[in-house]
Amino acid sequence: MMLLFEQLLNGLQFGAMLFMLASGLTLIFGIMGVVNLTHGSFYMVGAYCATFAIARTGSFLAGMVAALVGAALYGLVVEFLVIRRLYRRDHLYQVLATFGLILFTNEAVSMLFGRTPPLAVTPAALDGAVTLLPGFEYPVLRLAFIGVGALVALGLWLLVNGTRVGMLVRAGADDREMVDALGVDIRNLYTLVFGLGALLCGLAGVMAAPLLAVEIGMGERVLITTFVCIVIGGVGSVRGALAGAILVGMVDSLGRAYLPQLLGGLFTPTVADPLAAGLASASIYLVMAAVLIVRPLGLFPMKA
Amino acid sequence: MFRNLGVAGLLVAALAGVHPAYAADPVKIGFVTTLSTPAGYIGEDERDGFTLAITQGSGKLGGVPVALVVEDDGLKPANAKQSADRMVQSGIRLYTGVNFSNVLAAVVPSVVDAEHFYVSLNPGPSNFAGANCNRNYFVASYQNDAFHTAGGVAANQLGYKRVVLLAPNYQAGRDALAGFKRTYKGQVLAEIYTKLDQSDFSVELARIRSLAPDAVYQFHPGGAGINFAKQYANAGLSKTIPVVVPGFSMDSRMLAATGAASEGFYTTGIWSVAMDNEASQQFVEAFKKAYGRIPTDYAMQAYDTARWIGSGLKAVNGDLTKADAFRAAMRKAEFTSLRGKFRLNTNQHPIQDLYLMRIERSAGGELAPKVVRKIVSDDKDAYADQCKMPS
Repeated sequence: MMLLFEQLLNGLQFGAMLFMLASGLTLIFGIMGVVNLTHGSFYMVGAYCATFAIARTGSFLAGMVAALVGAALYGLVVEFLVIRRLYRRDHLYQVLATFGLILFTNEAVSMLFGRTPPLAVTPAALDGAVTLLPGFEYPVLRLAFIGVGALVALGLWLLVNGTRVGMLVRAGADDREMVDALGVDIRNLYTLVFGLGALLCGLAGVMAAPLLAVEIGMGERVLITTFVCIVIGGVGSVRGALAGAILVGMVDSLGRAYLPQLLGGLFTPTVADPLAAGLASASIYLVMAAVLIVRPLGLFPMKA
Repeated sequence: MFRNLGVAGLLVAALAGVHPAYAADPVKIGFVTTLSTPAGYIGEDERDGFTLAITQGSGKLGGVPVALVVEDDGLKPANAKQSADRMVQSGIRLYTGVNFSNVLAAVVPSVVDAEHFYVSLNPGPSNFAGANCNRNYFVASYQNDAFHTAGGVAANQLGYKRVVLLAPNYQAGRDALAGFKRTYKGQVLAEIYTKLDQSDFSVELARIRSLAPDAVYQFHPGGAGINFAKQYANAGLSKTIPVVVPGFSMDSRMLAATGAASEGFYTTGIWSVAMDNEASQQFVEAFKKAYGRIPTDYAMQAYDTARWIGSGLKAVNGDLTKADAFRAAMRKAEFTSLRGKFRLNTNQHPIQDLYLMRIERSAGGELAPKVVRKIVSDDKDAYADQCKMPS
């Protein structure tokens, strides 16, 4: 029972991490119509900036600021120099250009910071574990991850539903041309959305740095899973990204946790263990396929 | 994901003071390795370790001038094969450098089919150690199972009765756990296969906690290994359940990235920076001085490979067309290995000692694998019997 509870928290924590990446990606894809493969690179840039700043100053807060500023700035530069020229182009051009940017970013980061993954120290306040229930401890860092994810969800909900910018974002996701025709400078909106997406990646990067290896190519590893989240949730919808991220986080975690036991009852261990691992890897894609059969536009599609 | 970026990095070792007797061109050595991708640091250390040996010989190995031709394979077997084929056509007769077993499988046939020589500085897959052994293929490092079978022996000696095993769900991962189980005598509570690209291990850690084993044996190279160590410590498990890993699952670069999280890990291997012999200490100092970082096992293996090749080149005075004489000299393996004892089995793989190390703080506060004791003497791989080596 306690184990199930812990695995649910693990799923929630993975979901929170995916949500920080997916929310930006879904806005960029839904509103700007841009397939942005560079999204994972912003996450890597955030993690590197954070690690660098923490190593220099010893303060996690400084790392947080560096990650947010670094990732957002890099996002704005990318938007200004590359993405801006591709809005009217076909998706294929966007995929090619942003894929090129992945290679460029990886090489640039390895030239700047070297190939050795740097050490990111866990801040003292987030180190160790807390007792949630008698006899059940959970790492503070992972709880903080869930907390930050919830704050981001709340913040985005307020932004999208309660502000003028949010109104334009929603309108842009529904009908870009109409918003443009009504006299709104859609370019500024695009830049803003892109910067916001990169900023959220930076946040995910700084949170992940103490838990994960900060290394070249760390972004590509989560990119595909992030795309799965937004496809399940419905492209362009923050609510969908949240649902998709939590669903993917839960399915992935619970699959890894319980498939070995389930299959272990049916087959011998030599068959069951690799088979369970294989099925756990495929589980999120099976869920995506199932969702798309029932709701081809995802769970919460923006466009009616 | 990654294309071969730097198409051909050509590095010609400086030829300090060319002797008139060696007016002929230097012996070219083909060095195909992985320099891009996250695993690029491994190829970098291998290249630098090999180059150090050349530099120390003022551009010569065994007194014979050599030139290293380096190409990046981008961890792609097809790229590596292309590079090797090109080098074979250009007349290069001696090869090394490849870091991964799957890449090696593509390169070695190209080289040995042309009756040229390959000396492996890292991977030692079972097929080339057994039925597909070749008289022109040598291994300077170890057969792939060695560290894992040593892991099983280590777990026995440390008195661990119940263990949990973890490895990524691919061939090398399954081989690793099979190797461990071949020598381990206790009870395996669970074999957990992780996803190949997995970065978060919270689920597996929860399962380990609930199984409460005496120890964990896990094989996760590179970034995944760093992730595992950090999260294992973060979950508070490192205080209660000891971890045993093969040496390459916690090399010095990974150690630098995990810091205190990997303190107390047991590792198995053929060498450690703290190894107590003069040649090894000199190598570590020279490497630090030349490149400003601590050498990994990969660098040490590359250095040994270079010295071994030097002993072969010396015997034929750099003339690789004397293939029989070169092969005979290589089989003698007359060089001072940094790991101490080194001799060749009939399948031209090493017979060597294996050690148990523990990651501990040195007097200076730095974390390094400290040798606990020798756990296997004169280890031979299990495949040599299947090798019908022609003379």
